Parts: sequence; structure tokens; C-alpha cells
Amino acid sequence: MKRTLYDKLVDAHKVCDLPDGDMLIYVDFHIMNEYTSPQAFSGLDVKKLKVWRPEAHLAVIDHVNATKSAEHHDAASQLLIENLEANCTKHDIAFYGLGDKRQGIEHVVVPEQGLVSPGMLIACGDSHTTTYGAFGALGFGIGTSEVEHVLATQTLRYKRLKTMLVEIEGDTAPSVTAKDIIMKVVQVVGAGGANGFAVEFAGPAILAQSMSGRMTICNMAVELGARAALISADEQAWRMSDGRPHGGKFRFDNEEWVSDEGAEFDAVVKISATDIAPLVSWGTSPDQSVPIDGHVPEFDDGKPAKEMAALRRAIDYMGLEAGQAVNSIAIDSAFIGSCTNSRIEDLRAAAKILKNRKVAAGVNAIIVPGSTLTRMQAEAEGLDVIFTDAGFDWRPESGCSMCLAMNNDIAMDGERIASSTNRNFEGRQGRGARTHLMSPAMVAAAAISGRLADVRDFQTEAE
Amino acid sequence: MPKLVTGLAAPLPLSNVDTDVIMPKRFLITITREGLAEGTFADLRIDDTGANRPDFVLNKDPWNEATVLVVGDNFGCGSSREHAVWGLNQLGITAIIGTSFAGIFYDNARKNGLTLPIVTPEAHATLMELASGDKGVDILIDIEQLKITAGDFSAPFQMDAATQSSLIKGEDDTLDSLNYSDNIRAYENTLSDAMRVSVLK
Repeated sequence: MKRTLYDKLVDAHKVCDLPDGDMLIYVDFHIMNEYTSPQAFSGLDVKKLKVWRPEAHLAVIDHVNATKSAEHHDAASQLLIENLEANCTKHDIAFYGLGDKRQGIEHVVVPEQGLVSPGMLIACGDSHTTTYGAFGALGFGIGTSEVEHVLATQTLRYKRLKTMLVEIEGDTAPSVTAKDIIMKVVQVVGAGGANGFAVEFAGPAILAQSMSGRMTICNMAVELGARAALISADEQAWRMSDGRPHGGKFRFDNEEWVSDEGAEFDAVVKISATDIAPLVSWGTSPDQSVPIDGHVPEFDDGKPAKEMAALRRAIDYMGLEAGQAVNSIAIDSAFIGSCTNSRIEDLRAAAKILKNRKVAAGVNAIIVPGSTLTRMQAEAEGLDVIFTDAGFDWRPESGCSMCLAMNNDIAMDGERIASSTNRNFEGRQGRGARTHLMSPAMVAAAAISGRLADVRDFQTEAE
Repeated sequence: MPKLVTGLAAPLPLSNVDTDVIMPKRFLITITREGLAEGTFADLRIDDTGANRPDFVLNKDPWNEATVLVVGDNFGCGSSREHAVWGLNQLGITAIIGTSFAGIFYDNARKNGLTLPIVTPEAHATLMELASGDKGVDILIDIEQLKITAGDFSAPFQMDAATQSSLIKGEDDTLDSLNYSDNIRAYENTLSDAMRVSVLK
């Protein structure tokens, strides 16, 4: 029988069926952070359980830590940081904490350390664990109760998802990035359009992406509701761990980790690459985006009342006017960072736009490299100088920072941010904060312009 | 664990209510599951001065007594934070009726005994209308029969067998899964050495 990549991954990891219709699936590797794991560890204590296979877990500090300096955490954040280290020591689990060069955002650290390769099943108490689909690995986010379950059993209770193929037909224009591709997919499929599905991305425009770009695409697949995202494993995916600390230490070569030719999907979505332009979000859901030369939607009385109410609410929250040109939207801040776009390739793309240019007066521009090693690599390439000369605040520490504002990078009420992150939800970057999602290069263009701006204007000048 | 869930229903028709809205991040900096009722829907419920926002449904009579929510599409999207479910439980919410839920939120709800019936758009529209009436409506959710009743109206709902069984039995999944330890070991015995991840310390 012809099988999809998703079905092969589930089949290969199935431990047994359970009487109620679920199955147990085996987790090859599990990642933890400081904020979704404490109650899982205390659950083990209450139930007097031990960790099934301590060597198959990694814990990192990334969500609450300050990135302005390694110190100065409030007592509650410090407690989370110390609690994770204590739990890892107690249970003999690898811990990459503050001050460790390997520390950083979990989904940046894992590929950097060579801890993901095709055919693996990876779980983590973080929704953006879909990132690992870039490698032809099955990665997905879990809640804290499930973190406890993985710790105690190395398995999860699992229900097979439906499958969706998203095919990008043709080649994208040179100015279109992986971020634009996935934002377009979210716009077309809708914020909950892939609930209950595992989504496989295919087409030449996908395989033309670097591993970094593929990770951006799979990372944000959760914004369309996908519980898993996948891209078939090619030579590039297999080789990504070469020369990294865990490179060559494991290999899951029991399958090729591609969908069989002619395998059937439950749903197929086709998007023409030529329909994809550099995008920005205007609203409070990641599917509310338009091309940078487009406009905030008009109120259209022909639409259902519910849709009109949602539109009005989003436009009001964002402090915009219906029909406004998005490139007229002035910004207060620019943020480059997050598990979506803080890898070295993202930093290089933004630096290319910023070189010999200055951030507009009054714009607070921040860049937080995804990991300590990413920062060091960027500094070795001189990127830090380009960012600081332009007027960006180059952060010495790594973490999620202003993507979800769990540390002290909290945007003010009404503050408008051009952001390379993944969610423009109400209050995401701070109570009342207004987020516009876009690629790192577009954030750079916006920072220079003081308003949302078209990256192509800068590329034409530069190239 | 009861097979019936009953309570006054409140309408919350917004689509795409994400877990950042259900539980803002400032309430997440904690190592326990407790004390989260205060954070639940905080930015919708409470204004800058700490006073209740009069326009939010759960602050209005009669819905300040509600224990069931009828919500818009794609409820619980975004972050995996289980704190959202713990907070809803602590606020006294026992069931949330919608047309679709985000996957991680759905699983988190099951783990904590929060019932999430999925209904058709037509049944949803009726329930939303009934819940929005001046006096609200009492809803009865029969988990065993997969049926919702509100006054004279009743409709079937969808729930996968494993979630249904988990809500009825109220077992601890972790402890129950350890009954399959032999299966897990047998699976592990099929793995080659190259398929056993060992993270460098």
C-alpha cells in the first residue's frame, strides 16, 4: 500500500494499540523548557515515578530569561530557571542552562546540536515543535500532562491525524522568503484550517529552501492548526547534522522518509508560487495578512455579521483604518528573533538590508539571536557590527524574548512592532501591543523606514 | 467523573480565541498548577485598574454564574500552555462547546476532565442563540450518549472514543500507560543502537 510520509512515521513509532482507540507511540527525543515542565516533574514526584530513559531528554532555558544581560531576573523567573536545573540534576537529564554556550531557543538549539535527523519522533511542551518536520521527522507540541507522560513512559497516547498536502506550484520570485510562503499558506488555509491534520509541504519552491527556510515553514504550520508539519527528507536534510556535536551518533534509516509516489492525502491544497509576494500581517490572527503593497481590508457589508464583527475588532485593536495602505503604517519598534526566524541565515538576510543604513529616528530596534552559538557565529561574521551600526540593540543573551514577552521585553500598550515572530495575537507581545508579522529582511526594511516597507525597494538599490 | 455535565451556558462567539488570551503570559511564571483562575481571560475580564469590564460576558448577569461556554471556531489555538485549561477549570468552567478546537488544547482538556463537545455549525448557531438569551440557558451534556440538551433543543456531538472513555473513567493516563511497560520494552528491543538518542550532557 502506498503511504504518506506521515503514515510511515506513525507506523514506525507505534508501540501498541490501546483498547479505547488510541495508540501508544514511542518518543525518540523529548525537549523541555522551564515553563511547561515544572508541573510535569512535580507530577512524577506525587505519583512516585521515575524517568523512563533520562538520556533521551534535553532541557533548555529560553522562555523567561532576560536577553539584555544574563542577570537581573525577578524572583519568580529565577525560580523557574533554578527549578528546571534542579529537576534535571535529580533525574539525570541533560541541561543547557544560562551561561552554557549551547543554550538558546529550544528549536534553534536542537538542529544546531545535530539532535534532529530524518525519521525521528520528537515531542516538546511547545507548540512550535512542528519545526522538525523540515527534516522529515515527526515533531509536535504537547501539554504539561503529556510532558509528564513522556518522562514516565517515553511514549504518548496518540490518535492518527488526517493528512493534508500543501503543494506550492512553480518557483517563487527571488524576493520571496520562506516566511512569506508559510504566511501565504496560513492566509489561504486559515488559522484553524488544518485542525486535525498533519500537513506535508511539497513542490519545487519548498525543496529550493535551505534547511533554515524549511524550518521556518514547518515552524509556523501550527498557525494553521496543523498538529504536525512535514517535508520529505532529501540529501540536505540527512546531512544537516554532519559536523555537529551529535552528528553521526544516531541514524533512523529504516525508511527513506518520503511519501510514496501516488500516496493519497485526505486533503490537497495547491498554491501558485507566483501568487506569493512579501507579506505582512495587519490583524490579530496569523491568517490576516496582505502583500506589502496591499491594503487593510475594507468593511464589506455583504459579509456575514460574524465576519464583520471579527474584522472590526481586529482593525480596532490594531489601531488601523479599513482600506489603509499597509506601507503607510508607522512603527514604534522592530524585533528580529524567535524560533521562527532567529537562525544565522535570518540574521544574514536582515544584515544585508541594514548594511550602511540606519534605523529611523524613534524606532526601538532589537535583535535577539536564537542561540548563544548563533550569536557567536554572527559576531565572527561581523553581523553584530552591521546591526549595531544601523542602530539595533544587539542582545548578548538568547531566548524567546519579545516573541511572547515572558521575560522583561514587554511591549507597551499600543506599541506597534514589526516582528519576525509567529503570532500577532492580542496581547502577545504585551498587553495592548500591536504586532505585524513579516520576514526578518522585511523587519529590517521597516526599521529603516519607520513604517512597514517593501524589502524589494532596498534590494533593487543594493543589488 | 460524571457522565453528565450541566450548567448555565455563556456565549463567547469570537473565533480563534488563543491560549495567550485565555491565559496571558504574566500568569505563567509559576511552578504549580494553582492560582490560575485570576489569570483566565484576564485581559478580557479586567481593565487596567483591576475593575471588571462590564462588557465581558462572564461579568454580566446571568452569565457570571456560567460553567459552560459556547465558543467560536478554532478555540484554544496557539501556545501549548496547559495553564489555559487549568485556569478554565479553576474559574469553574466544566465544558466548552464549539465547532472546532486546536489540537493541543483539545488534548490538554481531556487530561484535566474539561469536556469539549464538537457540534455542527447548525447546532452551534442554535446553542449560541439560546445562550445569548436574556436569561441564558441551562445545558446538559451527556458524555455517554454524545448528546447535548438545552430546553427543547437537543443535538448530537462529536467526541473521539478515547477522549470519551477518558472523561467517563477519569483515569490517570500516565499510570494507565505504565500497564503497557512490557509493550514499551518490546518496542525498544526492536530499535538498533543507532536509533537510541542519547543527549550529550
